[in-house]
Amino acid sequence: MNTPIRRLSVFSMILFGALMLQLTWIQGFQAEAIRDDQLNRRQYTERLTEQRGPIVIGEDNVAFSTDISEGDDPTRFQREYAGGAMYTPIVGAFRSFGASGIESTENSLLDGSDDRLAVRNFRDVITGREPEGARVELTIVPAVQEAGFNAFQEQGFKGAAVAIEPSTGAVLGSVSYPSYDANDVVSITDGEQANANYVELENDPDQPLLNRALRERYAPGSTFKIVTAAAAIEHLDAGPDSTMDAPDTLQFASGPALPNATPGGTCNGGAPDTLANSIKISCNTSFANWAIEMGGEALAEQSEAFGFTPVEEDTSDLNIPLNVIPSRSPVEADDSILGRAGIGQSNVESTPLQMAMVAAGVANSGEVMHPYLVDSVRDSDRSVVTQTSPEVYSQATSASTAATLTDMMVLVTGPGGSGTNAAIDGVDVAGKTGTAETGGGLGTHNWFIGFAPADDPQIAVAVVIEHGGGSGGSLAAPIARQMMEAVVL
Amino acid sequence: MSTTAPEAPTALPPVQRRNAELVLIGVTVVITMGAMMISGLNLNGQVPGAMWGYGLIFGAMALATHVALRFIAPYADPLILPCALFLNGIGVAMIWRLDAADSGDIEHAGVGMQLIWTAVGMVMCIALLFFLKEPRVLQRYTYISALAALVLIALPMVPGLGISEFGARRWIGFGGFTVQPSEFAKIALVVFLSSYLVTKRQVLSLAARQVKIGRFKILDLPRARDFMPMVVGWVAAIGLLVITKDLGTSLLLFGTFLAMLYVATQRSSWVIIGVTLFLAAAAVAFRLFWHFRQRVDIWFYAYDPDVYDRLGGSAQLVQGQIGMAYGGIFGTGMGGGQAHHIFAADSDFILASLAEDLGLTGVMAILLVVFILVERGMRIALASRELFIKMLASGLAFVMCFQVFVVLGGLTRIIPLTGMTTPFLAAGGSALMASWLMIGLLLRMSDNARRPAPQAIQDEGATQVIRR
Repeated sequence: MNTPIRRLSVFSMILFGALMLQLTWIQGFQAEAIRDDQLNRRQYTERLTEQRGPIVIGEDNVAFSTDISEGDDPTRFQREYAGGAMYTPIVGAFRSFGASGIESTENSLLDGSDDRLAVRNFRDVITGREPEGARVELTIVPAVQEAGFNAFQEQGFKGAAVAIEPSTGAVLGSVSYPSYDANDVVSITDGEQANANYVELENDPDQPLLNRALRERYAPGSTFKIVTAAAAIEHLDAGPDSTMDAPDTLQFASGPALPNATPGGTCNGGAPDTLANSIKISCNTSFANWAIEMGGEALAEQSEAFGFTPVEEDTSDLNIPLNVIPSRSPVEADDSILGRAGIGQSNVESTPLQMAMVAAGVANSGEVMHPYLVDSVRDSDRSVVTQTSPEVYSQATSASTAATLTDMMVLVTGPGGSGTNAAIDGVDVAGKTGTAETGGGLGTHNWFIGFAPADDPQIAVAVVIEHGGGSGGSLAAPIARQMMEAVVL
Repeated sequence: MSTTAPEAPTALPPVQRRNAELVLIGVTVVITMGAMMISGLNLNGQVPGAMWGYGLIFGAMALATHVALRFIAPYADPLILPCALFLNGIGVAMIWRLDAADSGDIEHAGVGMQLIWTAVGMVMCIALLFFLKEPRVLQRYTYISALAALVLIALPMVPGLGISEFGARRWIGFGGFTVQPSEFAKIALVVFLSSYLVTKRQVLSLAARQVKIGRFKILDLPRARDFMPMVVGWVAAIGLLVITKDLGTSLLLFGTFLAMLYVATQRSSWVIIGVTLFLAAAAVAFRLFWHFRQRVDIWFYAYDPDVYDRLGGSAQLVQGQIGMAYGGIFGTGMGGGQAHHIFAADSDFILASLAEDLGLTGVMAILLVVFILVERGMRIALASRELFIKMLASGLAFVMCFQVFVVLGGLTRIIPLTGMTTPFLAAGGSALMASWLMIGLLLRMSDNARRPAPQAIQDEGATQVIRR
């Protein structure tokens, strides 16, 4: 009987060995990943006693920690926010039970626990200084952000706006409206009230907690015609003067007919229309025909070149560092659906950021740069810990295609175009309006994407008004203009 | 393997080594008190009074047990008691530290109950050593111990008596007092299996057919009529699983059953059959019961926010693992971590609390001590002559090993998480008493195995009557 007993001993040894290996894996190799996991609520609760680093926009700290302890109390820091509701969707809120936005994604740097700060912290321990978290400096330009946010506030519609620097991908502005003031939900002295406020926000039907710029999809409507036009140029060798049938109403073998939304419901009096004019006045029927002509594969491929996520991938790997949900432009076979996809309807859905990337890609000679929000991270001595360097995200079109598209998009803000409200005195503005049907008896989404100056793009924007019920030219273009003016004037 | 060759006498040499044991016990007491001291220093910067109070009481109890051992079982293995005391002491220190951090009032934090149960356990251990001079008598109580095991397992299922907590019915309660009968059931089960399998081992080892693939033998199939014990054991395990939803106990008891069946018959085919049956039943349970699907979800998708937020989801497990992650390699130091935020930090998750405060290094040390205990049990089995004792010792050793595996394997996601106590460490009277009873049995068996054979008495005439 000794043989099986010996084997059982060895088996026991194997069990213990497995436990030790797994423990080593968790406590040794995975420890940091687990500590940084968003489910780790401790990283938010136990950091009250430490000097958390600030989040900086422009030259101002928009999130910072203040020592609120009195007398002999143990030190406690209260997180405070500047800028009211304007920056909250980006910066986030550092609450006792969780965090959002940059506060969450850059938490390990802000609280000083990141390995990249280890040397610095060690030095602090030696020299007896209080260790401090790192400064996270964002790419947001206050003037752009204010222009967008104030315009939304005046209008009162829900929606979002994103502005990108085309040559680098730096996010210059990211507005989501309505928003909320982070100070309402982060108090550590009156935690109950803070929590009650948060629950109220969670239950608000206007969804102020939702960052519409990155985490909401809308039908892009006619702004998507830029993608369709790019595909037509790339796949069908079209040019600005190439014509395409543009009946006043397009009939399909199945499904409802497609009308035009242009003034008078016509593009070129029913005659075939040039690509340039179709963009200028935003003609539906010609673009539906372009999409049908090139086929669903070509359209989907061009969308993915701009950054749309293929349908088979259920999450997007785009982190800026806030996670961006995937935008969709599936391959369509049926003509009536494909035709509507060509004008940004049916199954095409996009985040405002994705349409800003389309505009920025055209502006940057066809190269879409990887969007990013964190410009640099510095330690408490202001020496650089990390500095973001621009990266190419994708090559959407050739440089010549981008130049052709730019020339046509300038017509949109010119005389007789659909987006004259985005025109800026003395500067050529390239743009495209969009008005997307939403169904369900709610108003249309109103879009504008564009960039300026057309010959030397400094800023690309995408603006969407949720259920504005008007047109892209009337509601979204003015907001886009104000944001662009903040940079180019 | 029906014959047993006499063992080499070197397996457990007949030396007492009581003084070595005393030194080791001194070390464990110092470690326990040191753990309390460091906790106190970390929690409020002072040496806590509890260190002297609880520490010295624990030391006195340890010493008393040791002295009793010198008289009752002088040849008992000198490593078993120090190992058990080390684990028990670390458990006491940890429970005190958690309570101190939780209540925020260090001088009034208590582990009184845990110490009382420790004392009760030690007294039971000594009493067992005193009254049970010859463990072989347990072999007579085959069916009584079977019945005891069944009753103990079934008690929580009795309506009105059983208490369900955390989705598993593991407790019975009377008068504000709760007991986990399954802790004792496992001992009764080992006793029953030892005596039953010793008598049946010949039959169960018979091979009826060989299953071959090509020229290679895969396994021997036993005779169909001999499947009865396996079927009964399996049905009991599955019944337990379904009715009490206590996956941990079911797994522990069935694993022990298979291990002992293997020791008795040396047929790996039994193990393969048993594991297959159990997995098949688990798969069926997975399809039928939402509770098990939930467990598997927690196991696979612990870090999925949806699973985390679910009622009865992975929150407890993830919090435990977060504690482990904060511990890292060297730990936060006793009292330095946030282990009191871990769910059930002093009972089912005490290993996670220890992992946070003592780090990977500390848990490795604790695991090694448990492992030494297990291997000493196996050595006793090797050194003993009677088959029943061999079975009993190896069975008890394996139960201890497998219980730690089920607990820590669940915490580290090797297997699905199940609620289960850790021997000696976790807070709880039933578990402590059962653990000390097991230690008593091991001590008694090692004493018998190592005691030198009595010298034949000369000049007393040619014959003598030796009475038992």
